[in-house]
Amino acid sequence: MKREAATTNGLRRKTHQRLPLLAQAGPVSLWMILFVTLPLLFIIAISLMSRGAFGGVDYRFSLKSYATLFDMIYFKVIMKSLNIAVLTTVSCLILGYPFAYYIARKPADTASRLIMLIMIPFWTNSLMRLNAWMLMFQMNGPVNNLLIRLHVFSNPVKFIYTDWLVFLGLVTNFLPFAVLPMYSSIEKLQDSLLEASADLGAPPVKTFFKVTLPLTFPGIFSAIILTFIPALGTYTVTDMLGGGKVLYIGNIIKNQFGVIRNWPLGSALSVLLLLITALLIFLYTRIARVEDLEVL
Amino acid sequence: MPDKQKKHQHRHILGGIYAAFIYSIFYLPVAVMIVFSFNDAQRNYYWKGFTTDWYVRLFSFKNMDLWNALVYSIIIALIVTVISVVIGVLGGIGLYRFNFVAKKFINLMIYVPIIVPEIVLAVAMLIIFITIGLQLGMGTIIIGHCTFCIPYAVVTIKGRISGDNQSLEEASMDLGANRLQTFWRVTVPSIMPGIVSSAFLSFTLSIDDVVMSNMLAGARQSTLPVLILSMNRTGISPDVNALTTVMILFMVLGLLIVNFIQKKKRQKDLLLLEETEKEILAASQKAVAMD
Repeated sequence: MKREAATTNGLRRKTHQRLPLLAQAGPVSLWMILFVTLPLLFIIAISLMSRGAFGGVDYRFSLKSYATLFDMIYFKVIMKSLNIAVLTTVSCLILGYPFAYYIARKPADTASRLIMLIMIPFWTNSLMRLNAWMLMFQMNGPVNNLLIRLHVFSNPVKFIYTDWLVFLGLVTNFLPFAVLPMYSSIEKLQDSLLEASADLGAPPVKTFFKVTLPLTFPGIFSAIILTFIPALGTYTVTDMLGGGKVLYIGNIIKNQFGVIRNWPLGSALSVLLLLITALLIFLYTRIARVEDLEVL
Repeated sequence: MPDKQKKHQHRHILGGIYAAFIYSIFYLPVAVMIVFSFNDAQRNYYWKGFTTDWYVRLFSFKNMDLWNALVYSIIIALIVTVISVVIGVLGGIGLYRFNFVAKKFINLMIYVPIIVPEIVLAVAMLIIFITIGLQLGMGTIIIGHCTFCIPYAVVTIKGRISGDNQSLEEASMDLGANRLQTFWRVTVPSIMPGIVSSAFLSFTLSIDDVVMSNMLAGARQSTLPVLILSMNRTGISPDVNALTTVMILFMVLGLLIVNFIQKKKRQKDLLLLEETEKEILAASQKAVAMD
């Protein structure tokens, strides 16, 4: 009798717990499984199928799409995208670190105002900001006029629709991604450690490389992830500034689902991006020794 | 000592100049956009002279495509905000509080839309929607936007809850409130700053999104960013510059008003509001990351 009471009590407690669990964690779990897990599994499956005769998919196993990635045209695009993503990331780190450092060393009040000041221009649509770069760098735009007036060049230079301008667009677009995580890392840096290093006789440069840089490494690595991955997958920046003439992975993927309709190839390229992302995250959790991605 | 101080001052000035340089990179495109919204030329090729014609044209509603796209974007952003905040807030609490079998997996899935390139998730959704025969349109765009807005809401809320909440809730239950009363009267107010910032974040992410909207839109109506992307081929007309200028003006005005209200209220409830401000700041940092 007593035992029975105990079990019903336990049972009641269980249902008592289960209802809020279902109500709270249920919707989000369902949403993520339906609209993240399933689509990703589906795209992996499609990448292993054959291309249909009239576009779309023929549901027969084939590794042809992955083989196609090694075709000269696609392989070149992949290498070029990786190349420009690395360049963008390195530029963002070099430009962003001193800037983040400058803000982080300000008093908390000023620093949060300065951070807000970074946000405001990014409330304008990214496409309109990219369009503004385009306006500046046109054949008869302000930059060319200035360069000619300063006698740097005698004829206007064609900047638009070049990799060079796409690179500029990528750096300016992704720089805040690099600044913000590095800022929060540098902000946590304790003055006492820097003072200790100085007191022990280390010159500022040595303190920077031996203390500051290693301690802010998690911030640097999340900056790498937050600039490299979006830069690798972008297609709006290349579309706006490259005028359809500069093609990166993102453009190729998009085209496979638009005009060209080669779904398996587009899926294989997407899986490639997924794998690169997963690899970086794996390295991040190893190197920064974090369990949770929350720090990102 | 004075020499050291002087050196310090030098470094200070140098840092200031460098920061000004970086800020000018951020603000230059916005400034150019605003300048060209006053340019007296049909096409934005070079500066011809000052005019307010584009604003007149904008507000005489001649370019209805632009306004339709804006209204469409705003409606979508509002719906996305409501869905994402509700699911995200509940999910944030649930994932913080409970342990269940697939929790680790769900936590991982929540980070996927934040980290993976947006184009990958967009095409993955596109092919699954086409395969099951779902009509592309506002519904699919909303699903797409919610899929990256919910994770940000969950992360924001999870960061907001702490052990304090649990003890407050237990106190409320001990004092005789039922679960629902406790939720509305204790839990929700205590995470209010997080809720506000998730809403702000969802709205801005949704209204600026290009990739999802472009892939998941139907043939009939597109959002404002998708319209801008399609205009790029022929050149973006100056009234879009005018519209974007008006929009950023509204944003900055809104920010100033929020700041003003906060300053007024600060005497009343210093701590909570300061936290709201911090949350919004953190949220907008994330918003930039998604831009």
